Amino acid sequence: MSVTPPTVSVLLTRGLFSENPVFRLALSLCPAVAVTTAVENGLMLGIAVFFVQVLSSMTASIFKKWINPKIRIPVYTIIIALWVTVMDMLLAAYFPSTYEKVGLYVKLIVAFAIIISRMELFAAKNPVLPSTFDGVGMGLGFLLAMLLAGAFRELLGNGSFFGYPLVHFQPLFLLVLPAGGFFTIGLIMALFNWVDLLRGNTLPKASGGHG
Amino acid sequence: MDNAKLLSKTQILVDSDLTRVPMHTLKLVQQDEADIQIPVVAVAPSADAEGATVITVADKLDAEAHYLLSARELGKTWAIGPSITTLMISTILSAALINNFVFTRYLGLCVFFGVTRKKDTAIGMGVTFTVVAFLSGLISWLFHHFALAPLKLEFLQIIAFIGVVACLVQASDSILRKIRPTLHRKFGIYLVLITTNCIILAVPLLNASKHAGFVESISLSMGAGLGFALALFLMSCAREKVELAPVPPVFRGLPVAFIIAGLFALSFLGFSGLKLFF
Repeated sequence: MSVTPPTVSVLLTRGLFSENPVFRLALSLCPAVAVTTAVENGLMLGIAVFFVQVLSSMTASIFKKWINPKIRIPVYTIIIALWVTVMDMLLAAYFPSTYEKVGLYVKLIVAFAIIISRMELFAAKNPVLPSTFDGVGMGLGFLLAMLLAGAFRELLGNGSFFGYPLVHFQPLFLLVLPAGGFFTIGLIMALFNWVDLLRGNTLPKASGGHG
Repeated sequence: MDNAKLLSKTQILVDSDLTRVPMHTLKLVQQDEADIQIPVVAVAPSADAEGATVITVADKLDAEAHYLLSARELGKTWAIGPSITTLMISTILSAALINNFVFTRYLGLCVFFGVTRKKDTAIGMGVTFTVVAFLSGLISWLFHHFALAPLKLEFLQIIAFIGVVACLVQASDSILRKIRPTLHRKFGIYLVLITTNCIILAVPLLNASKHAGFVESISLSMGAGLGFALALFLMSCAREKVELAPVPPVFRGLPVAFIIAGLFALSFLGFSGLKLFF
């Protein structure tokens, strides 16, 4: 990766499909299942993760010369915790009603594996600008995953989109239940695999979630 | 404050004589909801204890909640709360089964799907996690109660708790390697994974937001650990079987694991409403 740096467009788009953090890398699954009962919640957490990812990647890349490799993980964690605290306070101040529903998960962004793995795999070895673009791409991929799962669950489970009622039918209550989140992610993951098969790629070897 | 305790769903035993106090001056409220008064319907001397009074109320009381009873004329207040054992058992049970952290709060999923491919790894992770969760819950509570809260530094919660967890994991890794090398060889890899488990961070955050006391805090961390271990074990049993089943290729691996987790979550809904104490 560090030998021939990928182009900006690759950096920006690979998070969307081929290396989608939720559906492909199977990282940061907790929020994807937990807060996607409505598009609005998903959007909020997605935006929070987006900013934390971009800012943390940037910070880690700027300070990489001064970070002793032996203690890099604690240092990365502190950097993330710093930006999460900032995001947490901003969201609590400006969007109190949505924050009430997803507040705990915003705080838990600290423990999301996707952010620290991008810092470790990319930002620690690359200059500031590509690291920022990589952060943007991964953040966008996460945002897309949250929106997709949120839209699916809200549309079928509640018959609405973004709080506006769209279709009139007996909603599938199952999908807004805790269990529905698991089913949704499982189905969307399978869909990603299916699209990959249609495009003529071989399926990635069944990889368990890690980290 | 004098002693008072719950006798049954509608009766409270108070340790002083209230039979001559007018009934309408007795005020019973739940501690968090001071505006909603619970009406008292009867006051009678207790049959068993001398000088004690049994108060009967109209609503059903909750054995796990805190209440305040005050008598205006006597200028006295009684606090009624669950006993330590009640609190411990109900908190552990609630964290492990009713509000299982994996199946109803969806926390710790990355590790959950990562280590449940084999039963051995699931058990190893479950044991290690329960121990570390208990320790980190204990230390975080002490840290929050004696350092963050008195200094009004609660906005630093996230950084402080993740610091506690990271230090604890690093420390137990080094200590275990030195003292019990065999144990370390068996459980060392799971220790490292724990830092990225959201449950370990969620427990102190939940405790801090609820202003939980010491017993409640350590019970919650204990229950969270046990619940996680239970979830890991169940899931690994199911996944070992599915490994041999004819699953459609696009569903193989993680997608089908998610569907299984969904089914488990559905069955865990059956625990909601479970109560041990009247």
